Amino acid sequence: MSCVIEARGLRFRYPNGVAGLDGVDLRVGHGERVAVLGPNGAGKTTLMLHLNGLLAGEGELAVAGLDVRRDDARELRARVGLVFQDPDDQLFMPTVREDVAFGPLNLGASPEAAAARVVEALGTVRMGHVADRAPHQLSLGQRRRVAIATVLAMDPRLLVLDEPSASLDPRARRELLEMLARIDRTMLVVTHDLPFAAELCERAVVLSAGRIVADGRCTDILRDEALLAAHDLELPAGFDPSLLARQKVAAAA
Amino acid sequence: MSLGCAHSLNATGVAGDPASPVHRLDPRAKIAGFAGITVVGVSTPPRLWPVLVACALALAAIAATARVGPGLVWARARVVLPLVVFVAVFLPFVRGGEQVELGPLSLSEEGLSTFASVASKAAIGTVSAVLLGATTSFPDVLHGLERMRAPRLLVLIAAFMYRYLFVIADEARRMRVALAARGYRPRHALQAAAIGRVAISLFLRTYDRAERVYVAMLARGYAGSTPRLNALVFGRADVLFLVVVAGALLPLRVLAGVSS
Repeated sequence: MSCVIEARGLRFRYPNGVAGLDGVDLRVGHGERVAVLGPNGAGKTTLMLHLNGLLAGEGELAVAGLDVRRDDARELRARVGLVFQDPDDQLFMPTVREDVAFGPLNLGASPEAAAARVVEALGTVRMGHVADRAPHQLSLGQRRRVAIATVLAMDPRLLVLDEPSASLDPRARRELLEMLARIDRTMLVVTHDLPFAAELCERAVVLSAGRIVADGRCTDILRDEALLAAHDLELPAGFDPSLLARQKVAAAA
Repeated sequence: MSLGCAHSLNATGVAGDPASPVHRLDPRAKIAGFAGITVVGVSTPPRLWPVLVACALALAAIAATARVGPGLVWARARVVLPLVVFVAVFLPFVRGGEQVELGPLSLSEEGLSTFASVASKAAIGTVSAVLLGATTSFPDVLHGLERMRAPRLLVLIAAFMYRYLFVIADEARRMRVALAARGYRPRHALQAAAIGRVAISLFLRTYDRAERVYVAMLARGYAGSTPRLNALVFGRADVLFLVVVAGALLPLRVLAGVSS
């Protein structure tokens, strides 16, 4: 199977000596949705920035058919869409429409083609009605959906989301989950929100101290209490991953 | 909202009738037109007061066409105007020359005329800016400036300032609430030190955010320029607007200058 992400022995050390990644091996196939779980400081964001060539460590890394170190960074950024945790960092243009058009225009799309992509991407996240508003006029949930649209407009092969459910109220969280579930694309979801990961992703990897310490079915990993405890992960009280697994099987059947 | 910063930020944006002929003009026409009115007004010496009246009438006509009411113009102008007028208000007391007795006060005639001139020029400039802001969205003003070959870097800085002003004001508001929640009620100057720490903390947060925003820009293929989605169209109405504004005020200004 061809892979969207293929990392071998990926290592990265920050200038202050802190190890961000300490030998990450990861393969993600086309169409997979993979949750990256791990405590704070495990290297989740560092890994995410590597996928787009924003950080470069040692080891081998091919993403969406490109060698991150050798191939064109612009092409790589077109193929990999990063959605950052704080939508205020991602939405920097004065209006939503201009912000969503920013990526396609940078990739050389004509203004007409970019305008069409804006309509399509905002439609996918159901935010077409806010196109001419300023980002500061939107709620956090709306801003997060627009942030996802800014990346979808670039038509990436891989979508990487950093803590998509952070600080959302339960309803905005559920709506985001349903919206993401409809997007048919390879997805890497970096999160602390274990139930969110379980509902969205089939597969999960646990990143701890810069290494991948577990890789398997999401529901299996969430049922492994010893593993979760060893890496400072915790399910919310009353959440039963077995129940969710049965529901998923029933829904599939 | 109880905080001043939130109030003054709310008093921005397009107002009046968004479908009016003035609102629909190309931003470049409006920037040039209002700048023209301001330049004519500011360059007019007090003895040529009819030119100032003509500027005021031009502004009033534009405001009426755009359906921007005097209440709104006043609400926005008072953010800037009192500061300017405050400086000028002392002139009649400190200038020498002929004195006018006004009850217990003795005022300088020359000072009074300077005050009237400064105040009216400040009003023309401020109202021009208010009307530009009320009939043109800030992104459109930036777009117009960019097309008028204003330095790209300055336009980009203004765009970021506009985008993040609200975010920073919101952070400042939360920090003030957090201070108040812990019983912070400064009674003398020394206790104001906490405000300084809030300012430092805001600066550091903003600095961090700038780094994150830059990374987010790079992630979406930013390579030094911000391409635009739609082109501006400078049409017949825009030419007409400029011709009317310039045609009415410039000859008047020149003639008044020559005849005196």
